[in-house]
Amino acid sequence: MRAGGAVLAALALLTLPFWLGSPYHLHVAIMAGIFTILALSLNLLLGYTGQLSLGHAAFFGIGAYTSALLTLRLEWSFWLGLPAAALTAGLAGWAIGRLALKVRGAYFVLVTISFAGVISLVSVNWMDLTNGPLGLPGVPAPSLASLSLRTKPAYYYLVLIAAGAAYLVCHRLVSSRLGRAFLALRENEALAESVGVDPTHTLVLAAVVSAALAGVAGSLYAHYTRFVSPEVFLFSYTVTMVIMVVAGGKGTLLGPVVGALLFTVLPEALREAMAWQWQLLAYGVLLIVLVYFLPRGIVPAVSAWRR
Amino acid sequence: MNGLVLGGTYALLGIGLTLIFGLMNLVNFAHGEFYTLGAYLTFAALAVSGLNFFAALAVAIGLGALAGALCERVLLAPLRGQSIDTTMLVMIGLWIALQNGELLVWGGVAKSIPHPFPTAPFTLGPISIAPLRVFVVVTALALIAASWLLIQRTRLGRAMRATFQDRETAALMGVPIGRIHTVTFAFGSALAAAAGALLGPVFLAYPSMGDLASLKAFSVVILGGLGNLPGATLGGLILGVAEELGAGYVSSGYRDAVGFVIIIAVLLLRPSGLFARAERIG
Repeated sequence: MRAGGAVLAALALLTLPFWLGSPYHLHVAIMAGIFTILALSLNLLLGYTGQLSLGHAAFFGIGAYTSALLTLRLEWSFWLGLPAAALTAGLAGWAIGRLALKVRGAYFVLVTISFAGVISLVSVNWMDLTNGPLGLPGVPAPSLASLSLRTKPAYYYLVLIAAGAAYLVCHRLVSSRLGRAFLALRENEALAESVGVDPTHTLVLAAVVSAALAGVAGSLYAHYTRFVSPEVFLFSYTVTMVIMVVAGGKGTLLGPVVGALLFTVLPEALREAMAWQWQLLAYGVLLIVLVYFLPRGIVPAVSAWRR
Repeated sequence: MNGLVLGGTYALLGIGLTLIFGLMNLVNFAHGEFYTLGAYLTFAALAVSGLNFFAALAVAIGLGALAGALCERVLLAPLRGQSIDTTMLVMIGLWIALQNGELLVWGGVAKSIPHPFPTAPFTLGPISIAPLRVFVVVTALALIAASWLLIQRTRLGRAMRATFQDRETAALMGVPIGRIHTVTFAFGSALAAAAGALLGPVFLAYPSMGDLASLKAFSVVILGGLGNLPGATLGGLILGVAEELGAGYVSSGYRDAVGFVIIIAVLLLRPSGLFARAERIG
């Protein structure tokens, strides 16, 4: 039953461009894939180690800018830009992890917000590097040998592969010894430490992997929209990620995926129905309602119901 | 002098937030929205009912308190005892909902709030300052003093301090914790609304003005230490002046970075705030 469902879902994902007629629907699917990576990335920290980072848009943005700048200014290929984006974002994650993980809870949240705020201001003000608020247009689309991945179906498969890889990375990490250390720290830090888990080392590692994944998503986003501006640092990206993780079910592997799919498709559906201010208003209300009625998220609620 | 105008209102924001943060253990991301609400309510009171400016300020502050009390009763009271992450998510939701609600009601165009003060500045030697700004500083300082008296001298203030120090013991001594929470949130929100109502006429009122206000309030709280009223007052003034200096000497583009840098630096170097006495051990 479960395996059957997984095969069906995989088939549906693989053949999506053939039965999704309009490019607009495919665009939504690509964005859903990018957000899946972001939600998986945030979930590593929020769901598994229990640390809420509200600066995650910073890693997304750093990835987007790194990849865009390397391909634009140094004419690197996308296939080098993508790992470079992961590396730079991972480095930023390491630095912030080293600094911020001295504090916990609300204080950690504030440090991550401040970090994102500073980075965003730098991106606006450092005109020479980032071209300021005007942004960087003309980011090249990736190509494979002589084949350009500029078309939406091709890009869809690229994002699908990346999201699948991100899922596998999270899966491996979470089911490893390290993943159990994450959970131990989330549940009881003092107890975890007493059985030999090094909290700072473990949490910093989680932050690095999480940031690198967000960087990958940023790179994919930059080469898809082919334009990067300080808007990639918008706090609303972070909030969207948080909603996806919390609604889907934090601390589960499938939760962020479900959340990301739902919350990229839902706003697009709402777009038909209501003006965008109402959309965001509904978003805020939905978040509150979710905390009250599904405090653990959709995926845990569904699996509890099926049992 | 501009630093002082900003600093006074930052102190108001910070005091409100430090009380809510310290006493209720709640990361109130919606704090800035009450600030925005204060500015818009002043605008609405002036435009709709044609009240005079000072009455409109009072109305805005009163309605801010009411809105705060309502939020606490409806949204937060049922979640008491839940983890800090849960309530924080609710506050993030409230923040988004309120901000976009304001956008819907008042539109995205910045509103200027009329005030009765003459625009010609006073000149005192080398310093010149607009009368409105003097009014803002004086009112802010008066409100800060009033909060001090409330916390230090009244029965309610004593109950609040007791709850902050030890919730269980305070409850055992007959302090109605639930009501204290409501009052604290209402009081903090009223102070934020006051800050918004005061700064609104100086600058402009627009829906996203609360975002920066929230961050400033958090930097003030961190600068001053959790639940520390004198710390928040001084912290607010320091932040206001530091921003003016930062904008003047470094670059005005980085003005808002001052708050962020302060948050990061203080949390890493002195997590209990600049003005905390050495912590007692044992």
